[in-house]
Amino acid sequence: MKPIIEFKDYTFKYRSQTEPTLRDINLSIYPGEKVLIVGPSGSGKSTLAHCINGLAPASFRGDVQGTLRVKDTDPAEAGIFGMSKIVGTVLQDTDGQFIGLTVAEDIAFALENDCVEQGEMFDRVKKVADVVDVRKLLDHAPTELSGGQKQRVSMAGVMVDDVDILLFDEPLANLDPATGKRAIDLIDQIRKNRNATVVIIEHRLEDVLYREVDRIIVIGEGRVVADASPDELLCGDVLGQEGIREPLYITALKHAGCTITPQTHPAHIDTIDLKPYKEQVKAWFETVKLSEKTPLPETALEILDLDFAYISGKPVLRDIRMKVAKGEMLAIVGKNGAGKSTLSNLICGFVNPDNGEIRLNDENIGGLSIKERGERIGLVMQNPNQMISKPMIYDEVALGLRVRGVPEEEVQERVYRTLKICGLYPFRNWPVSALSFGQKKRVTIASILVMDPDILILDEPTAGQDYRHYTEIMEFLKKINEEQGITIIMITHDMHLMLEYTDRSVVIADGKLLADDTPARVLTDDNIAERAYLKKTSLYDLAVRCGIEDPSAFVERFIYYERQVR
Amino acid sequence: MARLLTYSDKDTWIHRLSGVTKLLFFLLWSVAGMLTYDTRVLLTMLVISLIMYKLSKTEWRQVGTVFKFILFFLCLNLLTIFAISPYQGTEIYGTKTEIVHLFWHYTLTREQLFYEFNIMLKYFTVIPVVLIFIVTTNPSEFAASLNRIGISYRAGYAVAIALRYVPDVQSDFTKIRHAQEARGIEMSSKASLYKRLKSMAAIIFPLIFSSMDRIDVVGNAMELRGFGKNKKRTWYSGKALTMNDYLVMAFVVIFCIGAMAVTFHDGSRFYNPFV
Amino acid sequence: MKTKFGIKEVVAIGIGTALFIVLTNVQVPFGIIPNTALQSRVAVLTFFAAVFGPVVGGAIGLIGHALGDALFYGGIWWSWVFPDAVFGILVGLFAKKYAVKDGGFTTAKIMIFFNVVQVIANAIAWIGLAPVLDILIYAEPAEKVFIQGALAFVGNIVVAGVLGTLLAYTYSKVGGKSSSLKKED
Repeated sequence: MKPIIEFKDYTFKYRSQTEPTLRDINLSIYPGEKVLIVGPSGSGKSTLAHCINGLAPASFRGDVQGTLRVKDTDPAEAGIFGMSKIVGTVLQDTDGQFIGLTVAEDIAFALENDCVEQGEMFDRVKKVADVVDVRKLLDHAPTELSGGQKQRVSMAGVMVDDVDILLFDEPLANLDPATGKRAIDLIDQIRKNRNATVVIIEHRLEDVLYREVDRIIVIGEGRVVADASPDELLCGDVLGQEGIREPLYITALKHAGCTITPQTHPAHIDTIDLKPYKEQVKAWFETVKLSEKTPLPETALEILDLDFAYISGKPVLRDIRMKVAKGEMLAIVGKNGAGKSTLSNLICGFVNPDNGEIRLNDENIGGLSIKERGERIGLVMQNPNQMISKPMIYDEVALGLRVRGVPEEEVQERVYRTLKICGLYPFRNWPVSALSFGQKKRVTIASILVMDPDILILDEPTAGQDYRHYTEIMEFLKKINEEQGITIIMITHDMHLMLEYTDRSVVIADGKLLADDTPARVLTDDNIAERAYLKKTSLYDLAVRCGIEDPSAFVERFIYYERQVR
Repeated sequence: MARLLTYSDKDTWIHRLSGVTKLLFFLLWSVAGMLTYDTRVLLTMLVISLIMYKLSKTEWRQVGTVFKFILFFLCLNLLTIFAISPYQGTEIYGTKTEIVHLFWHYTLTREQLFYEFNIMLKYFTVIPVVLIFIVTTNPSEFAASLNRIGISYRAGYAVAIALRYVPDVQSDFTKIRHAQEARGIEMSSKASLYKRLKSMAAIIFPLIFSSMDRIDVVGNAMELRGFGKNKKRTWYSGKALTMNDYLVMAFVVIFCIGAMAVTFHDGSRFYNPFV
Repeated sequence: MKTKFGIKEVVAIGIGTALFIVLTNVQVPFGIIPNTALQSRVAVLTFFAAVFGPVVGGAIGLIGHALGDALFYGGIWWSWVFPDAVFGILVGLFAKKYAVKDGGFTTAKIMIFFNVVQVIANAIAWIGLAPVLDILIYAEPAEKVFIQGALAFVGNIVVAGVLGTLLAYTYSKVGGKSSSLKKED
């Protein structure tokens, strides 16, 4: 068969950079294949996508060597418009890609640009809306949709043209686990029904493998490092070396000392043949001994019977009761729109509760202003670019102190101390713009830490980060939690974050507190997972399929072991 | 943040009119309202505006807040005019009929009152039409309408993008303001002008810079789906013109010509009851 | 800078207008005279005009002011819409010279030039055009509209001068080279 996408000795260098981003790529993708491209940030995997859909070199200028053919067309010659009939691209930013004022208009966007008659547009939009199940939402505005729905609209928007190739650029980055699972399912159905070629770029490997993938291509530093079937790839060490997280059950098997072979089909937890590994896993389970947890007695934050509604009669939060201990690292989880952000808005005083009380160190803070609370409870936003207002790092970190009239000598002393804690001291005289995303995130954390708050609230601290950056940010938070004794609350739907870095998870679903328990138990409970749009961890399935009676204990021991070896 | 006026989906003949018709009506109507100072014309326009307001089934709660706001500014404007130019009316109408001497050089004249009454009328003839236009025209149709009256579709689509991203930008703004307030930045009225300018910067800089990133993403997304490849484009939400549309357009054109004729037949845009 | 009206320009107008509209009532009033305040949206207009040029600047001024007025205040004051458009065009005319995107907006010379342009543009728009339109269109008293125009002029040169310059400077730094930076101990 002739490949539909073929790279031959392909090198691409951005005009603004001195080194090529892609080097000597040789890669063939065949019609009807489903291929997953993985690699850490900066590896060049997004550039690869831009080369396929024509954005590079048309929009992102650069120099090309070697050849690339996509359905017998050279994207560099055909340009973005020429490629748009062959390749449909679904971008990571669901808000950026949603251009229309309503769902129907957004789906019709490509047709409008092709001057299709209105009547025909109506038919085609309806048809494709059925495929992605948004028929009932056709006249909804984007603000009325969830992230998952927006993404399905984006898919419809590219499928409305009969494209041969569907290209997904990090489709899971902004979705909660359950919605991500649905998205992967949908992509799979579409491929089967339309016989399209599917290329997915993603670093959340385990989530993509939820449905069959033909091949995984690993990109590292601009080169193809591996090109193999999932079964083969999971047995090797390439993923770990390239900084890509392997599925948790694979990690567990490796911890147990198993040598995984492709013959056991390790690509899915449901279908892997566990016979060769079972006894080893059980034995390992017995050997891991948990240490006694020292309880944290003192309460830092207490929430009592909290009710809140933006519009009376439509409660967003009801009867929320929880405690956060001093020095704790805690996750608040739940699907988007469940009320997690509202809870942090209430704690910070951006909105006021209809009922109930919020107590900090045993003192009711209901009467304190936003500014007064801000000195004791620091909030770090998800997107650092939405917090940074000064061009220089030093000034940005000093901002909170300066507006409070702290004398300049003290400002300098405290800013330097904080920059040292955050590992930013060597950069103190740099402009913020010279930093990477992760470093900017640290600047925003530093700008809050400098005020010596008791509690730090972080909104999705790791969203959209690859494994390396995720680890970097989380290890940093763990360090300041341990060394500075600061209490950290994280609002998240990252299940790895919960498992690996917190001891307790508070689950909010439909405005109510659904669970307050260890992550291990939360992520092994069917009922909670379903209602909070989480996903049961594959460790649970592994434990069950190995015949371990207490799966949540297995998960707990796995976490404990992980933290020991890290 | 103040409540913005928004479209509400109802089924009246005004809602069913094409956006083109309503846009044309609104533009011609405001031009007429701007040019004429003829009290008779203004009063006729006011009556027609009010009838249309009624017919559009617009409810008070949709427009009440905004209307009170306009009223406040209108009063403020009228007072300012009197404070700065108490004899503008006398100059225009050429007579001076004193009602009562107030204080210093301020004397209330019938001419001034009549002049300011006309200004008020000018506001009131146009406001209902603006309100109706906004609450009865589906924003989706707006870009299509602009394109149909001869504006390039690119410019039309720029308006659509603006309307599309206003809610997103608004929620970003609220988030950023909250986060900056927690860091101690306030836009309170107590601080000095310089300080308030600095607080303003702390909130709008992150907003503007994060929006610059968005321009690239949206631009790429549009190009990937073929925006700008042809000289023309069609519109999913464009509405075909019906008999009612032609009737309304004919009416507004004839009315405006008539209004201008009545206003300017004596060479002055003012209707003068004092001579 | 390209002068053609491409997709980037369409989107820049759209997003710039959205920002302009949202910031319509984010202002610091001075005095009680209607329509006079330090308006944060002026910073958006100035910045976008300086970065993207006269077409984008003019369009944001025109569409943003008209829509912002209509959506927030239920009326459109055309005599104040057009001056904003003219201001956007005038500031944008020299976009190539500022070279904000290419990191050129960092020298004192260019900042002074930019501020000369913005003061002249503001003068033309608010001391010239706005009062004249007010008189022609609405037959408002000359003294009143010139006072209003002068206040708008003062407010806008402050916002454009301080926030506009800072925005352009900061953004220019983003695009600038960072190879000369060294870590310090």
